[in-house]
Amino acid sequence: MTVADRITRGAAALTVAILLNAPGAASATTAGEKAVEMSRQDWKAEYVRPSEVPFPEENPYTRDKADLGHKLFFDPRLSGANYISCATCHNPSFSWGDGLPTGFGHKMTPLGRRTPTILNTAFGELMMWDGRFDSLEQQALGPMAAAAEMNQQMESIVEELKAVPGYVSLFNLAFPGEGITVPNIAKAIATFERTVVSGVAPFDLWIAGDETAIGDAAKRGFDLFNNKANCVACHSGWNLTDDSFHDIGLSDDDIGRGAVLKTIVKMQHAFKTPTLRNVVSRAPYMHDGSLATLADVIDHYDGGGKQRPSLSDDMHALKLTADEKADLIAFMRTLDGNDPVVAVPVLPANDQSPNAWLRRVSPAAGSGGGEVSPECRVARLHLRPCTPE
Amino acid sequence: MKFALATLLAAGFMASGALAAEHTVSQERKKFSERKMTIAVGDTVNFVNNDKITHNVYSSSSGHKFDMGAQAPGTAAKHTFSKPGKVKVRCAIHPKMKITLKVE
Repeated sequence: MTVADRITRGAAALTVAILLNAPGAASATTAGEKAVEMSRQDWKAEYVRPSEVPFPEENPYTRDKADLGHKLFFDPRLSGANYISCATCHNPSFSWGDGLPTGFGHKMTPLGRRTPTILNTAFGELMMWDGRFDSLEQQALGPMAAAAEMNQQMESIVEELKAVPGYVSLFNLAFPGEGITVPNIAKAIATFERTVVSGVAPFDLWIAGDETAIGDAAKRGFDLFNNKANCVACHSGWNLTDDSFHDIGLSDDDIGRGAVLKTIVKMQHAFKTPTLRNVVSRAPYMHDGSLATLADVIDHYDGGGKQRPSLSDDMHALKLTADEKADLIAFMRTLDGNDPVVAVPVLPANDQSPNAWLRRVSPAAGSGGGEVSPECRVARLHLRPCTPE
Repeated sequence: MKFALATLLAAGFMASGALAAEHTVSQERKKFSERKMTIAVGDTVNFVNNDKITHNVYSSSSGHKFDMGAQAPGTAAKHTFSKPGKVKVRCAIHPKMKITLKVE
């Protein structure tokens, strides 16, 4: 399925949701329920899905760009060792995460934080757990260049892609007159990422007026979410996040956003609020992957978190009952959407002309550079150290 | 001479009084009441938190850095902009809250 098809399907689903939201679609309530129902109705209005995906003026959507970005996202040749792609960690099978407490990068280097999902990042503000990137375009290049992650030498990535004939054509199609450049690699990947939008969930159908879409426990959980449990302080809006940064009182030593905004007290130990869309599919949880289940997460919030000056003012002991915790989980289970199946793309084949293999391993070698011995080139392929003579 | 000096001081006072205006920006429903604002050098902006949650107004713009710290609901805090330039102001906690001040 192409990106355009996926967007079309999303639009169709949205149309259904809008029709379901028509006056009269909601079920009647008794007089006794009215006060509670009105309050709930007010909250429901805050969770209506948007009608379109935003793309920035400086990088507008085109199908060619998104399809190119789709291929680049799944292409391990964007890593230094040619075996890690963006999708290695941002795996669509795990709702664009990796299912691990914390990720692994180049040579299985353990990474410090859990892999965040790319789901709905089109709607986000500041990227990464610590918000160090202003845009998806910046974010796309960050892990690629990071030595611990994809370890790609950015000065050689353009030459490496130019050595793949299919990419030359695809870049020319997506970026007429510009071709393969580092900024265009970022633009294509970011465009694809913006098309990754969560599908319509039972929760959306309920918000749109179908009272049978979710159960009573989930509805009670929704009320708790917006009131006693105060989840809405950060997980607000249709995407269940306001992209805010908070210290939620986990006890690890990572200062998160504090490394970027060093002097702001409330940013110490603060991390970006993740979306709760498809949250059931993305265990374990938190920036450090330290909590295995949603029940563990609720228990953490119920306790109020570690007391320190940076602790968010929105954190406090909740005193939830066991039934209330169960209702909150029932609510979160309604957030998993009917997401479209993501096709693994067919990637442009490597050049099979003479010396092309050497160009791919070491671009200088194929063009007569000859600075790296054949033994070292083979060693690099197998990720073994090699000292050139 | 005394008259001239007094006149000069008065003129200066009036001039500074005219320039040093105070503007109010409200923070409500996780938004600033303005997205853009043009003010004069020496003007003060009073950031009022009309929300039910804590905000933290700051700027990382070069030459204009400031941090108002955590601002509880119902409180206000002022900052005087003493140099010309473009100042991007945000809430550190809620980065979608943005206002650009043109100080001239």
